[in-house]
Amino acid sequence: MASIAFPEPDPAILARREAIWADLARLVAPDALITSEDERRAFETDALAAYRQVPLAVVLPSSTEEAAAVMAYCNREGIKIVPRGAGTSLAGGAIPAPDSVVIGVSKMRRVLDVDYANRTARVEAGITNLAISQEVAAEGFFYAPDPSSQLACTIAGNIAMNSGGAHCLKYGVTTNNLMGVKLVLMDGTVVEIGGDHLDAAGYDLLGLLTGAEGQLGLVTEATVRILPMAEGARPLLIGFSSSETAGACVTAIIAAGIIPVALEFMDGPAIRICEDFAKAGYPTGAEAMLIVEVEGSEEEIEDELAKIEAIARTFDPLAIRVSQSAAESAAIWKGRKSAFGAMGRIADYLCMDGTIPTGQLSLVLRRIAEICAENGLGVANIFHAGDGNLHPLILYDVAKPGDLERAEKAGAEILKLCVDVGGCLTGEHGVGIEKRDLMTYQYNRADLEQQMRARAVFDPRWLLNPAKVFPLDGRLTAQ
Amino acid sequence: MTVYAPASEAEAADVIRQAQAAHSPLALAGSGTKAGIGRPGNAGHCLTSLGLQGITLYEPSEMVIAARAGTRLVDVARVLAARGQRLTFEPPEPALLMGTDGEQTIGGIVAANWSGPRRIMAGACRDSLIGVRFVNGRGEIVKSGGRVMKNVTGLDFVKLLAGSWGTLGFLTEVTFKVLPVPEAEITLALAGLDDRRGVAALCDAMGSPYGVSGAAHLPEGWHDGGQPQPALTLLRLEGSAFSVRHRVAALGERLAPFGGHSLLEGDDSRLVWSRVRDAAPVAEPRERAVWRISAAPARGPDIVAAVKAQREAIHFYDWSGGLVWLSTPAGEDAGEKAVRAAVAQHGGHATLMRAPVEVRAAVSVFQPQPEPLARLSRELKRAFDPEGVLEPGRMTAGV
Repeated sequence: MASIAFPEPDPAILARREAIWADLARLVAPDALITSEDERRAFETDALAAYRQVPLAVVLPSSTEEAAAVMAYCNREGIKIVPRGAGTSLAGGAIPAPDSVVIGVSKMRRVLDVDYANRTARVEAGITNLAISQEVAAEGFFYAPDPSSQLACTIAGNIAMNSGGAHCLKYGVTTNNLMGVKLVLMDGTVVEIGGDHLDAAGYDLLGLLTGAEGQLGLVTEATVRILPMAEGARPLLIGFSSSETAGACVTAIIAAGIIPVALEFMDGPAIRICEDFAKAGYPTGAEAMLIVEVEGSEEEIEDELAKIEAIARTFDPLAIRVSQSAAESAAIWKGRKSAFGAMGRIADYLCMDGTIPTGQLSLVLRRIAEICAENGLGVANIFHAGDGNLHPLILYDVAKPGDLERAEKAGAEILKLCVDVGGCLTGEHGVGIEKRDLMTYQYNRADLEQQMRARAVFDPRWLLNPAKVFPLDGRLTAQ
Repeated sequence: MTVYAPASEAEAADVIRQAQAAHSPLALAGSGTKAGIGRPGNAGHCLTSLGLQGITLYEPSEMVIAARAGTRLVDVARVLAARGQRLTFEPPEPALLMGTDGEQTIGGIVAANWSGPRRIMAGACRDSLIGVRFVNGRGEIVKSGGRVMKNVTGLDFVKLLAGSWGTLGFLTEVTFKVLPVPEAEITLALAGLDDRRGVAALCDAMGSPYGVSGAAHLPEGWHDGGQPQPALTLLRLEGSAFSVRHRVAALGERLAPFGGHSLLEGDDSRLVWSRVRDAAPVAEPRERAVWRISAAPARGPDIVAAVKAQREAIHFYDWSGGLVWLSTPAGEDAGEKAVRAAVAQHGGHATLMRAPVEVRAAVSVFQPQPEPLARLSRELKRAFDPEGVLEPGRMTAGV
C-alpha cells in the first residue's frame, strides 16, 4: 500500500452524485460531461500512476464560458475541482478525488492569434506544448520551454507546474515565457492578466499563478512569447569514466563564460538503458555523459564546439562525438527525451526532481547511490546539469511487496538531501501530492502560512485542487 | 519622522511588529533614489534597508549571488565584474531621471522590478531573481525561492515581491542568477528613420536569429542635453567577438531595406545604451512629467501618436518599440487622460515615473486595474500586511 494520504471524501457530496450530474448536464454541452464509471476511470490518475482515484464527474469544456459556469456552480455547492491538462504530471498534480469534478482543458486547443512582429502567440490552454512550436515553425519561430512530455503536455499544465525542459538554461522556464492569461477564478469570475506587452501591470499575478499547481484558478487561454529559431544547433556528446569528472567539466565550461543552450547529464545506467532503446550511439562504457548543445550559424557552432571540446579534453574523456548531421542530432536528443519511456520498459520507477547548487553535484550523486543501495533499489540519474535540476529515477518493482514504499522512502531521503545542500524539493515537476508532506522540510511555519494566506485570496474554501502542495494538517482558510 | 535602520532581519521584524501594533504606517526605503515614484504616502516613520549590508553568497561557477537588501548595486556589480559576470537585466541608474543622488540598493531594484534595455532578451529583474527573504506586515520573516535556478516548490513570492514597491514586505535579502559578461558588443545604428520605419526595423531584427540584446529608436530631434540629433535606430549584439562580427554582418544585410548603417563598438556602444537605459532623452527639462508605457512593440508608435494628438510630448522607444518613454508638461493631470486613453485604445500599461508630489497625489500613478484584478490585489495586500503598515497606498488606494 502506497503511503501518501488523501483527504476523506465528503459523504454529502458523494451522496448527491446523481443530482450533481444533472446540474452539470444543464450547464455544459452533452459531449462535455462524462459520468459513466468506465469513462471517469480514464481520469483516475496521471503520470504518478501508483495513485488512483476515480472522480465524481469529468467536464471537458469547449469554452471559457462553459468552464466558468461549472466553476461558479461548484463554488456555490462546495464541490472540489481538479484542473487537468494532459495528465502527464509526475508529481500527482492532476490526480482527482472521489468527491471532485475534473475540469480538463483538452478540447480547448485552438491557436487564436500569432503575431510575428510582436513575437507572441495567443492560444487556448489545452493546446500541447509542441503544437505551439509546430504552428509557428514555418515562419522560423518556436516556443522555448520544452519539457520531455512536450508532445502530450498542455500549456495549461505547463503554467500550473512552471515547466522547464532541456533548453531552459538559455531560454528560461514557463514563467519567463508567459505574457498573459485568461483565468477563471473559483467563483467563476473570468479575469485577464497581462497580454502582449512585457511586465503586466500591478502585482505580478502572472508570476504568482505560474507554478501554483492549479490552486489559484483555471487557465483557459495564454499569451506566450515566441522566439526566432537559431540558424542552426548541434549537440556534442562527451563520455567520462566518472560522474565527478563530468561534473567538473560542466563547471569548467561555465567558468569559461560559455552558456550552451543545453547541458544535459546522464549517468552510466541511464546511458545504457537509453542507448538500448534509442540507438543514439551513446558511449555505453562510460559512467557519465554530457550532451552539450550550441546554437548559431555554422561558423559560430564550429567555433563554440571547438572551445567546449578543448575544455572537455582536459578531463580525459572516454569519448567525444560531435553530431555530424541533423539525423544524428535528432537521435542524440531522442535518447535523452525518451529516457523516461525507456526506463519504463525495464522497471517501474519514481522520477525525482530536486534542484541542487551545481557545486554539490559529486556529493549528491554519491549520496543518491548510497541511499538507493541502502533501500535495495537501483537508480539511474538524468538531469539538467547547467541548472542543477536532478532527475534520479528510482527503480522498483510494483509487483514486489514493499518495493514502492522503499522507493518512496528513498525518494524522500533524496529530496531532503537536496534541501540540506541548499537546493529545493522540485525544480520543474511541482509538489503535487508526491512532495506535499515534505514541504515542512523546506519551509518553516511562517513561510507556509504566508503561502496559504495568499492562496486563500483566490480559493478561500480550499476547493481548487485541494489535496496538493500543502500538508493536510494546519491549513489556513480565509482570513 | 523616525528613520529605523535595523542591522538584522530580526530587528526589522521588531520594527514592523511595533508599527503593526501602533497602526503606524512605515515608508520603506533603500537609499531613496526612487522615493519619488508612486503615490505620496503619509507614513510617520521610515524603515530603511541601509543597515542590511553585504554580499552573503557568491558562487561564480554556479552563477549565483545573494546580498542583503541594503547592499549598493555598485558594490554587487563590482564583485561580479571582478569575476567577469554581471546582472543581465541592466538596471537603470535613476539619478538622471529622478534627480536623486546616492547609490541605489539591490533591494530597491527588486522592489521596483527595475529593468533596462536587455529586458527584451534576458528578462526583467524578476526573471533573474531566484530568492527573496522579507518581513511581512505581521512582522514575520518569510523566505521564498532560494539559490537554485529552477524551483517550483510552493507559491512563487519571488516574482510577486518584485515590483511590489514595498507594499507586501520589507525585503531583507535577495538572490540572483547572473551570467558571464560577453567578450564583445557592437551596436548597429540606422539613421534618419521615422517612428514607424524605425520600430519596424527593430521588430524585424527581433524576429531574426541574431540574438539582439537591445533595440531602441530615438526619434528625429532627440537630445540628451545638447543639440537636437537626427533619428537613430539602435540594435545591440553581444557575445564572443567571433560570433558578434558574424551576426552584425548578417543583421546589417537583413536590414538593408531600411538604409545604410554604422557601427558603434565597445565603449561607444556601452555609452549609448547607458543613455537609453537611464531614459536620458526624456530626463530634461527637469520640470516635465515622465511616463513609462509598456505595450506590444509594433503599437508603440500608435500610442505616441495618440498621446501627441492630445498633448505636447517628447518620446523615445526601447524594447523594440514596446517601451515608450514620454515626457510632457507636468501641469494639470500630467497628461494622464491622454496617456490612459492611448493605452486603452492600443493595449499595455502606463506608469507615471516622475511628477510633482501634488500631481502624484491626484492622478493614478500606476495603471488602474479592472475590478476583479483590483480586488485580488487589495486582498493580497491584506494577506501580507493586514493592518496596512507597509507603504500603504503607494501603488493604488488600498494597496
